Amino acid sequence: MKVLAAMSGGVDSAVAAARAVEAGHEVTGVHMALSAKPGTLRTGSRGCCTIEDAGDARRAADMLGIPFYVWDFSEEFTEEVVADFLAEYERGRTPNPCVRCNERIKFAALLERAIGLGFDAVCTGHYARLSTVDDSPELRRSVDEGKDQSYVLASLTAEQLRHSLFPLGGSRKSEVRAEAERRGLFVARKPDSHDICFIADGDTRGFVESRLGTRPGTIVDDETGEVLAEHAGVHGFTVGQRKGIGVEAPAVDGRPRYVLSLEPVTATVRVGSRDRLTVDEIECSEVIYPGGQQLAGPAEVTVQIRAHGGVAPAVVAPVEDGVTVHLRESISGVAPGQKLVAYTESADGDLALLAATIDRTA
Amino acid sequence: MPYLDHAATTPMRPEAVAVLTEALRAAGNPSSLHASGRAARRRVEEARESCAARLGARASEVIFTGGGTEGDNLAVKGIYWARRAEDPRRRRVLVSAVEHHAVLDTAEWLRDHEEAELVVLGVDASGRVAPEELRAAIGDDPDSVALVSVMLANNEVGTVNPVRELAAIAAGHGIPVHTDAVQAVGVLEVDFAALGVAALSCSAHKIGGPVGAGALLLRRDTACTPVLHGGGQEREVRSGTLATATILGFVRALELAVSERETHAGELARLRALLLTAVCAAVPDAVVNGPEHGGLPGIAHVSFPGCRGDTLLAALDARGIECSTGSACTAGVSRPSHVLLAMGADAEAARGCLRFSLGHTSTDADVSALGEVLGEAVTGARGRGVPSLRRRKTDRVKEMS
Repeated sequence: MKVLAAMSGGVDSAVAAARAVEAGHEVTGVHMALSAKPGTLRTGSRGCCTIEDAGDARRAADMLGIPFYVWDFSEEFTEEVVADFLAEYERGRTPNPCVRCNERIKFAALLERAIGLGFDAVCTGHYARLSTVDDSPELRRSVDEGKDQSYVLASLTAEQLRHSLFPLGGSRKSEVRAEAERRGLFVARKPDSHDICFIADGDTRGFVESRLGTRPGTIVDDETGEVLAEHAGVHGFTVGQRKGIGVEAPAVDGRPRYVLSLEPVTATVRVGSRDRLTVDEIECSEVIYPGGQQLAGPAEVTVQIRAHGGVAPAVVAPVEDGVTVHLRESISGVAPGQKLVAYTESADGDLALLAATIDRTA
Repeated sequence: MPYLDHAATTPMRPEAVAVLTEALRAAGNPSSLHASGRAARRRVEEARESCAARLGARASEVIFTGGGTEGDNLAVKGIYWARRAEDPRRRRVLVSAVEHHAVLDTAEWLRDHEEAELVVLGVDASGRVAPEELRAAIGDDPDSVALVSVMLANNEVGTVNPVRELAAIAAGHGIPVHTDAVQAVGVLEVDFAALGVAALSCSAHKIGGPVGAGALLLRRDTACTPVLHGGGQEREVRSGTLATATILGFVRALELAVSERETHAGELARLRALLLTAVCAAVPDAVVNGPEHGGLPGIAHVSFPGCRGDTLLAALDARGIECSTGSACTAGVSRPSHVLLAMGADAEAARGCLRFSLGHTSTDADVSALGEVLGEAVTGARGRGVPSLRRRKTDRVKEMS
């Protein structure tokens, strides 16, 4: 196959590209420049958009002996990912920009360009297992549960997955690092990237506020209706948040307060105790079936609602314009805008059945 | 491998390699006082005289540098500092919008750190600075102008500026003019004295010399504050041990480039015409940028509507054709060309272009090889026939119904 390897400059994508080369594919490396001003985002070795990272990716490609280019996706990234991120916060929702970037940039804008140039697939360093059975992709959790990234890939369509390659899905991170050392890839000891690549200091709230400004409103006790404090905008909060809410007076029962819901129209933040945060039912729309097979009736699944954690057994059922999820065990911190991924149990690793966007909880 | 990127760098001439490698074996710092030092000095000074003669300058006006970027930095910063020191009112720096980043970013740095007022001279649709533009910018306040910098020929689209005329206008007000002649030497006649500029920078590796060498021609009466301080070499304007070997390699290449200039330029013009015919045959809606006539004969700058330059470059590279997006690179990222934007192109056109540049090793076969693969490369880069994988939210609802 002709394979385009997306190379961030980190260890995972470098080893993924190396494995693609070793598998006999004709591999070309591409570093996606996502910031219009390289160097103004993350500095050092943490991000995916710095000049240093592009240089690291280039050196890794050199060592693998493959052609390498830096392609500018800064406009697409700004429009499709950063603007959407802000718009979602503005609506009181909690977006996942990494999912969005996979859906719209890596496996859309980049993949389209790749196919135009005659490539068969885009290869990345994600930790997820991908196989094909009767032309239907099967996306499974990584063998490394701690690193599993099937959650951020499950909202790719079957068509996108047919043109994808994840060579690391069957390996543990420690094995990948060891392999990088063995191959002499100098990125072997580069630290993992965390958080959101376009928020330099990890201060999501500061980033959102600096762009959306202030839209003052009130923080209200969900139980009593009492106004507890003022706030600068609902976009400064996330459902499930406990720290930094800005309410000084303790709750009557002395228990910590959590953000329960955000109402952007009235600029109201509702807070209350943890037990009011738990959720038993979730309504979702924008359903994607990564395997291409739609759900005909209710199914026993395990759902995941965050990139890390937030896992519970549930029954998922198709409804008009979406799915509903009845949780077998309540979970907390479920925010509208988040992705829900439903997995079905399988002997060779949990299989991603569907991904959808959370609209409402009960 | 058809190499169509000579404006980026061109292979060294064998004669320059010979003189350079031979000189690398000789000991002797040209500033040393013993026999080896004197021998090295003699060779450097002979090279200086030869360089001056080839470029219409006096030997004492030649300052050897580490290349074009250094010459540009030294001229723009050094003349600015010296002029401002003489008269604190002189803070305006006038540079054309299509300068190489070595000039443009230097001027911006002076603005950001040295209280300069940056005045960008606009260009016409062919990328040329009109004399009226400079006259208007100087306006009724010539005393506030520290210097003017306008390139002799543009590195992206090949436009040649009327530098002689511009220098005459500035001279009427006693304003020094610097010109970046990196792309002009070896193709255009470059006569420092006749141009009437105060400073001119050139580079070795664009004319078959080594990377890391060049010269700034600086008039004796033009004060220039050093950027590099140290041993006081090169009129105390550019300290640093004289790099005998690369200087000799540079000047040997310069001698050949100047003596062969007319036949070389004619050959480049012939190849360029062939290339443009091939490009337009392969891609009928391609648009040639830059001046219709009178540009650099070795540069063909072409927009391919519906294409991204970086994607097309990869498609051509995969087919063995080496060229450039022509715009400045930050971490290898091609941005919309500031030159094309200044010429009035929209961002889409400024992003979808490639520069093909010819040089002393170019052949008819290079050009025909491009013509053979360009059509399919453009089709691929345009992504025609590729089903869109991008989705709208509404599409996703449809997908499940």
